[in-house]
Amino acid sequence: MLSDLTIRVLAQPFFAGLTIGMVRELCECASAESFPAGATIFAEGGAADAFWLLERGTVALGLHAPGRGDQVIETIGPGTVLGWSWLHPPYRWHFGANTIEPVTAVRFDAAAVRLRCETDAEFGYAMLSRLTPIITERLQATRLRLLDLWGTP
Amino acid sequence: MTAPVPYRVTDRRVETADTVTLELIGEDGPVFAPGQFAMLTAYGIGEVPISLSGGGRDGRLVHTLRSVGAVTKALHATAPGQVIGVRGPFGTTWDVDAARGRDVLVVAGGIGLAPLRPVVESVLARREEFGRVSVLVGARTPGDLLFPADLRRWRQRADVRVIVDRPAGRWTGNVGLVTGLIPQAEAGPAAAVAYVCGPEVMMRFVAAALIRRGAAEHDIQVSLERDMRCGAGWCGHCQLGPLLLCRDGPVFRYDTVEPLLRVREL
Repeated sequence: MLSDLTIRVLAQPFFAGLTIGMVRELCECASAESFPAGATIFAEGGAADAFWLLERGTVALGLHAPGRGDQVIETIGPGTVLGWSWLHPPYRWHFGANTIEPVTAVRFDAAAVRLRCETDAEFGYAMLSRLTPIITERLQATRLRLLDLWGTP
Repeated sequence: MTAPVPYRVTDRRVETADTVTLELIGEDGPVFAPGQFAMLTAYGIGEVPISLSGGGRDGRLVHTLRSVGAVTKALHATAPGQVIGVRGPFGTTWDVDAARGRDVLVVAGGIGLAPLRPVVESVLARREEFGRVSVLVGARTPGDLLFPADLRRWRQRADVRVIVDRPAGRWTGNVGLVTGLIPQAEAGPAAAVAYVCGPEVMMRFVAAALIRRGAAEHDIQVSLERDMRCGAGWCGHCQLGPLLLCRDGPVFRYDTVEPLLRVREL
Protein backbone atom coordinates (compact mmCIF):
# COMPACT_ATOMS: atom_id res chain seq x y z
CA MET A 1 0.00 0.00 0.00
CA LEU A 2 1.46 3.33 -1.07
CA SER A 3 1.10 6.42 1.07
CA ASP A 4 -0.54 9.56 -0.37
CA LEU A 5 2.82 11.26 -0.37
CA THR A 6 4.45 8.40 -2.27
CA ILE A 7 1.71 8.55 -4.89
CA ARG A 8 2.20 12.31 -5.22
CA VAL A 9 5.95 11.89 -5.70
CA LEU A 10 5.48 9.06 -8.20
CA ALA A 11 3.18 11.34 -10.24
CA GLN A 12 6.00 13.82 -10.82
CA PRO A 13 8.13 13.19 -13.93
CA PHE A 14 11.13 14.48 -12.01
CA PHE A 15 11.43 11.19 -10.12
CA ALA A 16 10.53 8.97 -13.08
CA GLY A 17 12.67 5.86 -13.20
CA LEU A 18 13.29 5.58 -9.46
CA THR A 19 12.31 2.21 -8.06
CA ILE A 20 9.28 2.07 -5.77
CA GLY A 21 11.71 1.17 -2.99
CA MET A 22 13.75 4.31 -3.58
CA VAL A 23 10.65 6.52 -3.71
CA ARG A 24 9.46 4.97 -0.44
CA GLU A 25 12.86 5.66 1.10
CA LEU A 26 12.75 9.21 -0.15
CA CYS A 27 9.25 9.75 1.16
CA GLU A 28 10.39 8.72 4.62
CA CYS A 29 12.25 12.04 4.57
CA ALA A 30 9.31 13.98 3.12
CA SER A 31 6.26 15.94 4.18
CA ALA A 32 3.53 17.85 2.36
CA GLU A 33 3.67 21.63 2.53
CA SER A 34 1.69 24.52 1.16
CA PHE A 35 2.32 28.24 1.13
CA PRO A 36 0.07 31.21 0.39
CA ALA A 37 1.04 33.78 -2.22
CA GLY A 38 3.76 36.14 -1.00
CA ALA A 39 5.20 33.71 1.54
CA THR A 40 8.92 33.26 2.12
CA ILE A 41 9.96 29.64 1.70
CA PHE A 42 13.55 30.39 2.58
CA ALA A 43 15.67 33.48 3.02
CA GLU A 44 19.06 34.28 1.51
CA GLY A 45 21.82 33.16 3.87
CA GLY A 46 19.54 30.87 5.89
CA ALA A 47 20.25 27.21 6.62
CA ALA A 48 19.64 25.07 3.52
CA ASP A 49 17.95 22.25 5.37
CA ALA A 50 15.43 21.11 2.76
CA PHE A 51 14.43 21.02 -0.88
CA TRP A 52 10.98 21.02 -2.43
CA LEU A 53 9.31 19.27 -5.33
CA LEU A 54 6.86 21.87 -6.62
CA GLU A 55 3.46 20.53 -7.55
CA ARG A 56 1.50 23.76 -8.03
CA GLY A 57 2.32 27.45 -8.05
CA THR A 58 5.36 29.55 -8.85
CA VAL A 59 8.30 30.60 -6.70
CA ALA A 60 10.58 33.58 -7.33
CA LEU A 61 14.28 33.19 -6.58
CA GLY A 62 16.01 36.43 -5.78
CA LEU A 63 18.18 38.50 -3.57
CA HIS A 64 18.19 41.93 -2.04
CA ALA A 65 20.49 44.45 -3.70
CA PRO A 66 21.18 47.57 -1.66
CA GLY A 67 19.67 50.56 -3.40
CA ARG A 68 17.72 48.39 -5.85
CA GLY A 69 15.49 46.42 -3.54
CA ASP A 70 14.45 42.81 -4.06
CA GLN A 71 15.65 41.48 -7.41
CA VAL A 72 13.99 38.44 -8.98
CA ILE A 73 16.57 36.31 -10.78
CA GLU A 74 14.41 33.44 -11.90
CA THR A 75 11.04 31.84 -11.27
CA ILE A 76 10.58 28.14 -10.67
CA GLY A 77 7.34 26.42 -11.62
CA PRO A 78 5.55 23.13 -11.06
CA GLY A 79 7.20 19.84 -11.96
CA THR A 80 10.67 20.82 -10.88
CA VAL A 81 12.80 21.06 -7.78
CA LEU A 82 13.41 24.12 -5.67
CA GLY A 83 16.73 24.32 -3.84
CA TRP A 84 20.11 22.68 -4.23
CA SER A 85 22.27 24.57 -1.72
CA TRP A 86 21.61 21.65 0.63
CA LEU A 87 23.83 19.42 -1.51
CA HIS A 88 27.18 20.90 -0.50
CA PRO A 89 28.65 22.79 2.46
CA PRO A 90 28.17 25.36 3.83
CA TYR A 91 24.47 24.39 3.40
CA ARG A 92 23.33 28.01 3.21
CA TRP A 93 20.84 29.46 0.72
CA HIS A 94 22.56 31.64 -1.86
CA PHE A 95 19.24 33.24 -2.82
CA GLY A 96 15.88 33.71 -1.22
CA ALA A 97 12.65 32.04 -2.40
CA ASN A 98 9.23 33.70 -2.22
CA THR A 99 5.94 32.41 -3.58
CA ILE A 100 4.28 34.41 -6.34
CA GLU A 101 1.08 32.42 -6.11
CA PRO A 102 -0.17 29.73 -3.72
CA VAL A 103 2.21 26.77 -3.77
CA THR A 104 1.77 23.13 -2.91
CA ALA A 105 4.92 21.07 -2.66
CA VAL A 106 6.57 18.05 -1.17
CA ARG A 107 9.34 19.03 1.24
CA PHE A 108 12.34 16.75 1.66
CA ASP A 109 14.54 16.93 4.72
CA ALA A 110 18.03 17.65 3.41
CA ALA A 111 20.07 16.05 6.18
CA ALA A 112 18.08 12.82 5.99
CA VAL A 113 18.33 12.63 2.18
CA ARG A 114 22.08 13.41 2.33
CA LEU A 115 22.59 10.65 4.88
CA ARG A 116 20.83 8.14 2.62
CA CYS A 117 22.87 9.33 -0.35
CA GLU A 118 26.10 8.82 1.61
CA THR A 119 25.19 5.38 2.95
CA ASP A 120 23.50 3.99 -0.18
CA ALA A 121 25.54 4.68 -3.29
CA GLU A 122 22.81 3.47 -5.65
CA PHE A 123 20.26 5.78 -4.02
CA GLY A 124 22.74 8.66 -4.04
CA TYR A 125 23.57 8.17 -7.71
CA ALA A 126 19.88 8.02 -8.63
CA MET A 127 19.22 11.27 -6.77
CA LEU A 128 22.15 13.12 -8.29
CA SER A 129 21.24 11.80 -11.74
CA ARG A 130 17.94 13.64 -11.40
CA LEU A 131 19.24 16.79 -9.78
CA THR A 132 22.26 17.50 -11.99
CA PRO A 133 20.25 17.90 -15.24
CA ILE A 134 18.14 20.53 -13.49
CA ILE A 135 21.27 22.34 -12.35
CA THR A 136 22.78 22.07 -15.83
CA GLU A 137 19.63 23.33 -17.54
CA ARG A 138 19.39 26.33 -15.24
CA LEU A 139 23.08 27.11 -15.70
CA GLN A 140 22.70 26.94 -19.49
CA ALA A 141 19.61 29.13 -19.36
CA THR A 142 21.48 31.68 -17.26
CA ARG A 143 24.39 31.68 -19.71
CA LEU A 144 22.02 32.28 -22.62
CA ARG A 145 20.38 35.14 -20.77
CA LEU A 146 23.83 36.66 -20.28
CA LEU A 147 24.30 36.63 -24.05
CA ASP A 148 21.14 38.74 -24.48
CA LEU A 149 20.35 37.20 -27.86
CA TRP A 150 17.12 39.11 -28.43
CA GLY A 151 18.59 41.49 -30.99
CA THR A 152 19.24 38.65 -33.43
CA PRO A 153 16.58 37.01 -35.62
CA MET B 1 13.00 38.42 -60.52
CA THR B 2 9.51 39.93 -60.42
CA ALA B 3 9.03 43.58 -59.57
CA PRO B 4 7.51 44.48 -56.21
CA VAL B 5 3.73 44.87 -56.29
CA PRO B 6 2.36 47.99 -54.60
CA TYR B 7 0.42 47.34 -51.39
CA ARG B 8 -1.23 50.08 -49.36
CA VAL B 9 -0.71 50.27 -45.60
CA THR B 10 -4.18 50.21 -44.06
CA ASP B 11 -3.23 49.91 -40.41
CA ARG B 12 -0.15 50.44 -38.26
CA ARG B 13 -0.10 49.15 -34.71
CA VAL B 14 2.78 49.89 -32.37
CA GLU B 15 3.74 46.65 -30.59
CA THR B 16 6.84 47.69 -28.64
CA ALA B 17 9.35 50.54 -28.62
CA ASP B 18 10.93 49.28 -31.87
CA THR B 19 8.33 46.98 -33.39
CA VAL B 20 5.17 47.63 -35.37
CA THR B 21 2.55 45.51 -37.09
CA LEU B 22 1.55 46.71 -40.56
CA GLU B 23 -1.61 45.63 -42.30
CA LEU B 24 -1.37 45.81 -46.08
CA ILE B 25 -3.91 45.52 -48.87
CA GLY B 26 -2.98 44.76 -52.46
CA GLU B 27 -5.20 44.20 -55.48
CA ASP B 28 -5.43 40.54 -56.50
CA GLY B 29 -2.69 39.65 -54.03
CA PRO B 30 -1.65 35.99 -54.01
CA VAL B 31 -2.42 33.67 -51.10
CA PHE B 32 0.30 33.49 -48.40
CA ALA B 33 0.43 30.56 -45.97
CA PRO B 34 1.62 30.56 -42.32
CA GLY B 35 5.41 30.39 -42.22
CA GLN B 36 5.94 32.05 -45.58
CA PHE B 37 7.50 35.45 -46.00
CA ALA B 38 7.39 38.41 -48.33
CA MET B 39 10.13 40.71 -49.54
CA LEU B 40 8.91 44.13 -48.43
CA THR B 41 10.26 47.14 -50.28
CA ALA B 42 10.65 50.62 -48.91
CA TYR B 43 10.82 52.39 -52.27
CA GLY B 44 14.15 54.06 -52.88
CA ILE B 45 15.81 52.35 -49.93
CA GLY B 46 15.68 48.58 -50.35
CA GLU B 47 13.84 45.41 -49.50
CA VAL B 48 13.89 42.92 -46.63
CA PRO B 49 12.35 39.50 -45.95
CA ILE B 50 9.56 39.69 -43.37
CA SER B 51 7.43 36.74 -42.27
CA LEU B 52 3.69 36.81 -42.38
CA SER B 53 2.16 37.43 -38.94
CA GLY B 54 -1.46 37.36 -40.11
CA GLY B 55 -3.77 37.61 -43.10
CA GLY B 56 -2.58 35.95 -46.27
CA ARG B 57 -5.87 35.87 -48.17
CA ASP B 58 -7.86 38.31 -50.31
CA GLY B 59 -4.84 40.53 -50.80
CA ARG B 60 -4.54 41.27 -47.07
CA LEU B 61 -1.15 40.78 -45.46
CA VAL B 62 -0.07 41.41 -41.88
CA HIS B 63 3.62 41.80 -41.12
CA THR B 64 5.29 42.53 -37.80
CA LEU B 65 8.73 44.06 -38.09
CA ARG B 66 11.40 45.50 -35.86
CA SER B 67 13.37 48.59 -36.77
CA VAL B 68 16.96 47.38 -36.97
CA GLY B 69 18.39 48.75 -40.23
CA ALA B 70 17.77 51.32 -42.96
CA VAL B 71 14.97 49.41 -44.70
CA THR B 72 13.15 48.24 -41.60
CA LYS B 73 13.51 51.74 -40.14
CA ALA B 74 11.71 53.15 -43.21
CA LEU B 75 9.04 50.43 -43.15
CA HIS B 76 8.60 50.95 -39.41
CA ALA B 77 7.86 54.61 -40.09
CA THR B 78 5.21 54.04 -42.79
CA ALA B 79 1.77 55.38 -41.99
CA PRO B 80 -1.68 54.21 -43.10
CA GLY B 81 -2.28 55.35 -46.68
CA GLN B 82 1.33 54.99 -47.75
CA VAL B 83 2.41 52.38 -50.30
CA ILE B 84 5.15 49.79 -49.96
CA GLY B 85 6.28 47.07 -52.37
CA VAL B 86 5.66 43.36 -51.88
CA ARG B 87 7.20 40.36 -53.59
CA GLY B 88 6.15 36.87 -52.67
CA PRO B 89 5.01 34.58 -51.21
CA PHE B 90 8.32 32.88 -50.60
CA GLY B 91 9.38 29.86 -48.63
CA THR B 92 8.02 26.81 -46.93
CA THR B 93 5.08 26.73 -44.52
CA TRP B 94 4.48 25.53 -40.99
CA ASP B 95 2.94 22.05 -41.28
CA VAL B 96 0.00 22.56 -38.93
CA ASP B 97 -1.75 19.42 -40.17
CA ALA B 98 1.16 17.36 -38.82
CA ALA B 99 -0.24 18.02 -35.33
CA ARG B 100 -3.81 16.87 -36.02
CA GLY B 101 -4.87 14.48 -33.27
CA ARG B 102 -1.82 15.38 -31.20
CA ASP B 103 -0.73 18.03 -28.72
CA VAL B 104 0.58 21.34 -30.04
CA LEU B 105 3.53 23.11 -28.45
CA VAL B 106 4.38 26.57 -29.76
CA VAL B 107 7.60 28.06 -28.39
CA ALA B 108 8.49 31.63 -29.33
CA GLY B 109 11.27 33.99 -28.39
CA GLY B 110 11.04 37.74 -28.99
CA ILE B 111 9.89 38.66 -32.47
CA GLY B 112 9.79 34.93 -33.22
CA LEU B 113 6.20 35.05 -32.04
CA ALA B 114 5.26 36.98 -35.20
CA PRO B 115 5.66 34.10 -37.70
CA LEU B 116 4.10 31.71 -35.17
CA ARG B 117 1.00 33.83 -34.67
CA PRO B 118 -0.72 32.35 -37.77
CA VAL B 119 0.04 28.85 -36.42
CA VAL B 120 -1.74 29.60 -33.15
CA GLU B 121 -4.68 31.22 -34.96
CA SER B 122 -4.92 28.28 -37.35
CA VAL B 123 -4.87 25.72 -34.52
CA LEU B 124 -7.44 27.63 -32.44
CA ALA B 125 -9.70 27.98 -35.48
CA ARG B 126 -9.76 24.15 -35.64
CA ARG B 127 -9.33 23.61 -31.92
CA GLU B 128 -11.22 20.30 -31.79
CA GLU B 129 -8.75 18.66 -34.18
CA PHE B 130 -5.88 18.93 -31.70
CA GLY B 131 -5.09 17.74 -28.21
CA ARG B 132 -3.63 20.04 -25.57
CA VAL B 133 -2.31 23.33 -26.93
CA SER B 134 0.48 25.19 -25.13
CA VAL B 135 1.95 28.50 -26.26
CA LEU B 136 5.20 29.43 -24.50
CA VAL B 137 6.50 32.94 -25.08
CA GLY B 138 9.80 34.49 -23.99
CA ALA B 139 10.86 38.12 -24.26
CA ARG B 140 13.63 40.35 -23.00
CA THR B 141 11.37 42.52 -20.82
CA PRO B 142 7.62 42.82 -20.22
CA GLY B 143 7.63 45.82 -22.58
CA ASP B 144 9.00 43.64 -25.39
CA LEU B 145 6.10 41.19 -25.36
CA LEU B 146 4.28 41.12 -28.68
CA PHE B 147 0.53 40.81 -29.21
CA PRO B 148 -0.62 41.15 -25.57
CA ALA B 149 -4.27 41.29 -26.65
CA ASP B 150 -3.83 38.08 -28.65
CA LEU B 151 -2.15 36.37 -25.71
CA ARG B 152 -5.16 37.21 -23.53
CA ARG B 153 -7.55 35.94 -26.18
CA TRP B 154 -5.57 32.73 -26.79
CA ARG B 155 -5.53 32.06 -23.05
CA GLN B 156 -9.27 31.34 -23.19
CA ARG B 157 -8.68 28.31 -25.42
CA ALA B 158 -5.08 27.31 -24.85
CA ASP B 159 -2.40 27.03 -22.19
CA VAL B 160 -0.48 30.28 -22.68
CA ARG B 161 2.61 31.02 -20.59
CA VAL B 162 4.93 34.00 -20.74
CA ILE B 163 8.42 34.54 -19.34
CA VAL B 164 10.83 37.49 -19.44
CA ASP B 165 14.58 37.77 -19.00
CA ARG B 166 14.43 40.97 -17.03
CA PRO B 167 11.40 41.79 -14.93
CA ALA B 168 10.48 45.44 -14.81
CA GLY B 169 7.83 47.59 -13.22
CA ARG B 170 5.07 45.62 -11.57
CA TRP B 171 5.84 42.36 -13.36
CA THR B 172 4.85 39.41 -11.20
CA GLY B 173 5.04 36.73 -13.89
CA ASN B 174 7.70 34.23 -14.80
CA VAL B 175 11.37 35.23 -15.02
CA GLY B 176 13.99 33.27 -16.93
CA LEU B 177 14.52 31.63 -20.29
CA VAL B 178 11.61 30.21 -22.28
CA THR B 179 13.02 26.70 -21.77
CA GLY B 180 12.01 27.09 -18.12
CA LEU B 181 8.35 26.97 -19.17
CA ILE B 182 8.62 23.60 -20.90
CA PRO B 183 8.22 21.46 -17.74
CA GLN B 184 5.06 23.41 -16.86
CA ALA B 185 3.41 23.19 -20.28
CA GLU B 186 0.17 21.24 -20.47
CA ALA B 187 1.12 19.91 -23.90
CA GLY B 188 3.61 17.10 -23.42
CA PRO B 189 6.72 17.23 -25.62
CA ALA B 190 6.54 13.49 -26.29
CA ALA B 191 2.95 13.77 -27.48
CA ALA B 192 3.25 17.05 -29.35
CA VAL B 193 4.35 18.58 -32.57
CA ALA B 194 6.42 21.62 -31.65
CA TYR B 195 6.69 24.88 -33.60
CA VAL B 196 9.68 26.96 -32.56
CA CYS B 197 10.87 30.40 -33.64
CA GLY B 198 13.23 32.90 -32.07
CA PRO B 199 16.95 33.60 -31.87
CA GLU B 200 18.71 30.65 -33.49
CA VAL B 201 20.69 29.74 -30.37
CA MET B 202 17.49 29.81 -28.32
CA MET B 203 15.86 27.42 -30.82
CA ARG B 204 18.73 24.96 -30.38
CA PHE B 205 18.32 24.99 -26.63
CA VAL B 206 14.54 24.72 -26.85
CA ALA B 207 14.87 21.76 -29.20
CA ALA B 208 17.38 20.10 -26.85
CA ALA B 209 15.04 20.62 -23.89
CA LEU B 210 12.11 19.15 -25.85
CA ILE B 211 14.15 16.15 -26.97
CA ARG B 212 15.28 15.50 -23.38
CA ARG B 213 11.58 15.29 -22.51
CA GLY B 214 10.75 12.78 -25.20
CA ALA B 215 10.09 14.85 -28.33
CA ALA B 216 11.23 13.37 -31.63
CA GLU B 217 13.46 15.59 -33.78
CA HIS B 218 11.13 15.17 -36.75
CA ASP B 219 8.23 16.50 -34.68
CA ILE B 220 9.98 19.83 -34.09
CA GLN B 221 9.62 22.52 -36.74
CA VAL B 222 11.83 25.61 -36.68
CA SER B 223 11.98 28.78 -38.75
CA LEU B 224 15.47 29.90 -39.78
CA GLU B 225 15.99 33.39 -41.11
CA ARG B 226 19.76 33.79 -41.42
CA ASP B 227 20.85 36.65 -43.61
CA MET B 228 18.28 36.43 -46.42
CA ARG B 229 18.68 38.92 -49.27
CA CYS B 230 17.07 38.01 -52.61
CA GLY B 231 14.32 35.69 -51.37
CA ALA B 232 14.60 33.56 -54.49
CA GLY B 233 17.66 31.39 -53.90
CA TRP B 234 19.88 33.30 -56.33
CA CYS B 235 22.29 35.35 -54.26
CA GLY B 236 23.42 32.64 -51.81
CA HIS B 237 23.61 34.92 -48.78
CA CYS B 238 21.39 32.62 -46.73
CA GLN B 239 23.19 29.40 -47.64
CA LEU B 240 23.39 26.91 -44.79
CA GLY B 241 25.29 23.83 -45.98
CA PRO B 242 23.30 22.39 -48.88
CA LEU B 243 20.27 24.57 -48.08
CA LEU B 244 19.29 28.02 -49.20
CA LEU B 245 17.07 29.17 -46.37
CA CYS B 246 14.94 31.51 -48.47
CA ARG B 247 14.23 28.81 -51.06
CA ASP B 248 14.31 25.60 -49.02
CA GLY B 249 13.02 27.23 -45.80
CA PRO B 250 12.47 29.19 -43.71
CA VAL B 251 10.49 26.42 -41.98
CA PHE B 252 12.36 23.15 -41.54
CA ARG B 253 11.94 19.96 -39.59
CA TYR B 254 14.59 19.98 -36.89
CA ASP B 255 16.06 16.63 -37.96
CA THR B 256 16.91 18.23 -41.31
CA VAL B 257 18.81 21.21 -39.95
CA GLU B 258 20.13 20.13 -36.54
CA PRO B 259 23.62 19.14 -37.79
CA LEU B 260 23.85 22.35 -39.83
CA LEU B 261 23.11 24.70 -36.95
CA ARG B 262 26.51 23.96 -35.44
CA VAL B 263 28.33 24.96 -38.63
CA ARG B 264 30.13 28.25 -38.19
CA GLU B 265 29.48 31.08 -40.61
CA LEU B 266 32.28 31.89 -43.10
